[in-house]
Amino acid sequence: MQQLLNGLFIGSIYALFAIGFTLVFGILDRLNLAHPAVFAASAFIGIELVDAAGMSIWLALPVVFVVGGLLGLVIERVAFRPLKGRPDAHFAGLISSIALAGMFIALLQWRYGPGTRRFPADAFPDTRFQVLGAQVTLLQVAILVISVLLMVGLTLLVGRTRLGRAMRAVAENPTAARVLGVNVDRVTATTFAISSALGAVAGALFAMNVNSAQLGMGAAIELKGLAVIIVGGMGSLPGALVGGLLLGLAEVFAVQYVGSSWRDLIAFGLLFVILLLRPQGLFGARRVREV
Amino acid sequence: MRRPITTLATLTTLSVVLAACGSGGGGDGAAEDGSLVGEGTGADCVIDTPVPVGAALSLTGAAASYGESQRNGLELAAEHLEEKGGVTYDLRIEDDQTDPRQGISVFEGFVEDGVSVIIGPTLSNGAFQAQPVAQEAGVPVLAISNTADGITAQGDYIFRDSLTEAQVIPQTVAQAKAAFGLEKVVVMYSNDDAFTESGYEVFAAALEEEGVEVLDTLTFSKADTDFRPLLTEAKALEPDAVVVSALIEAAIPLVTQARELGIDVPIIGGNGFNNPKLMADAGEAAEGVVVGAAWNSASDNPLNADFIAAYEEKYGASPDQFAAQAYAGLMIIDEAVRSGCSGERDAVKEGLAGIQDFETVLGTLSINENRDAEHEAVVQIVEDGTFAVLE
Repeated sequence: MQQLLNGLFIGSIYALFAIGFTLVFGILDRLNLAHPAVFAASAFIGIELVDAAGMSIWLALPVVFVVGGLLGLVIERVAFRPLKGRPDAHFAGLISSIALAGMFIALLQWRYGPGTRRFPADAFPDTRFQVLGAQVTLLQVAILVISVLLMVGLTLLVGRTRLGRAMRAVAENPTAARVLGVNVDRVTATTFAISSALGAVAGALFAMNVNSAQLGMGAAIELKGLAVIIVGGMGSLPGALVGGLLLGLAEVFAVQYVGSSWRDLIAFGLLFVILLLRPQGLFGARRVREV
Repeated sequence: MRRPITTLATLTTLSVVLAACGSGGGGDGAAEDGSLVGEGTGADCVIDTPVPVGAALSLTGAAASYGESQRNGLELAAEHLEEKGGVTYDLRIEDDQTDPRQGISVFEGFVEDGVSVIIGPTLSNGAFQAQPVAQEAGVPVLAISNTADGITAQGDYIFRDSLTEAQVIPQTVAQAKAAFGLEKVVVMYSNDDAFTESGYEVFAAALEEEGVEVLDTLTFSKADTDFRPLLTEAKALEPDAVVVSALIEAAIPLVTQARELGIDVPIIGGNGFNNPKLMADAGEAAEGVVVGAAWNSASDNPLNADFIAAYEEKYGASPDQFAAQAYAGLMIIDEAVRSGCSGERDAVKEGLAGIQDFETVLGTLSINENRDAEHEAVVQIVEDGTFAVLE
């Protein structure tokens, strides 16, 4: 039971991170590799807000969300928009986003130094629950609830609102959407902002969950995020959610039933098996581009 | 293969000597050559020129927190030696960026600059790669924090004042067993780091020696930060203690998460746990962590009490073992220099080899025939946010 919960908590963070990844991919057909840098940056910013500005962690999270959104706008403006007219825009954007990620990390190192940073020891509420014999902290419950709320909110946004309709139109065919009066540039920028805001919250939650933030934390989760969106079906939001939870649980149960040294091998091996059985991913349609 | 290396070493030494002559040629040229040899012996030794000492420390990168303590310890020691007079030291501290390649360049720079002795580098990984540079050029090296096996086996110019894990861990396990009546434990270590893996091997041997049953051995990566699945496994086995070989970066989240999951048994750590950051960052969760150490911060040795007071006054923070070993390191070098009243490289080497029953902040220290330090270790437990001696 404890292991199941461990898997759910870490899996929900993977899912939140991957959803930001897959959102940009699904709507705009771009892979934004600056996303892991936003993940790391927001963890450091969250710690700074709590540590230096004395905010409570509950207040810091919305601020991190907004900062993440701003970073998303910067990424779109700097790494993607100047290149959008090029015939190789997909590939060029991929490379320029890696470059931008490198710059973000360099800035973080300049500001915070290379060491591990942590939230102050008394920043977290000390409440613990017993759930069916398992130990759960209030923080972990909050992580799960916040992740699920954000994901449900995003699904509603895409499915039910005017903006969501515009997003889906752009995903379908940007040229046609423009002809029909959709402001494609604004929808693109908004998509990046939402995606990065989600990645930012994931980063802050991850730092809270393990109480440490390192410059390399984005790189560590990048591969997992990519694996999750491929298994879930490129561009599929429910796919990223299920994929993230699946990876979290696979890691945990690999430890329990096989051995800790085999964790990554088992977890990624399992993902390979899924891809062999369902090459388009769990929720991927044959026509890959959808929201 | 042997010949070219010797030739190269001779050439290097020759060029250093030539360079030294060349640079001194303008001014007091004659004094330059013999200026590191002084008059008198022991406490009365007087050397006019400051003895150049190079220190290669990790001031940035993964080991930066250790390197910073070491720099503070060295600078404080240099200051105290300055006050004492007779022999003074020109301390040159360079950053190896926690990168073995950078460590090699720093060592090469020191060899060319003609330092009498090199201190460092901070991590064993870097030491293995940089030390041969000094060995070939005949520059003595004093390691002040390296605990891996084989550091001093690299050559007869390599010394250390830090106890090895193999010296500290068996004492830790024996004392913890006596204090808590350990019968069965779970062992956890990061298996992708040379230092923590060698620590694990010593732990495993010591546990077997003491007849403590190992219920399970769990491994993780040094970059991991989420240990809950492993700890849940460990908890289910109901051990009397959890034994962990990890660096401080992993130790802090590991300890925090263990307490969160309700693991209340003692956590016995390797040298990586021996850092005040543990209490600062893990807070209450650090209570009950047991760690063997080369330096007893609570010792009533007056030398030690003076060191702690001076350090706190200068830096506004408590010294850790790394600072104490660095401080002791320069003091040991001073003793070695005074024994022959010479700052020449070979005289320093002879002096270091002859250190016996020397009083330091680490306790009474001798250098053995393997050029390793020998002094008593201390087993500590975290109580009320500080390290206390485990009774």
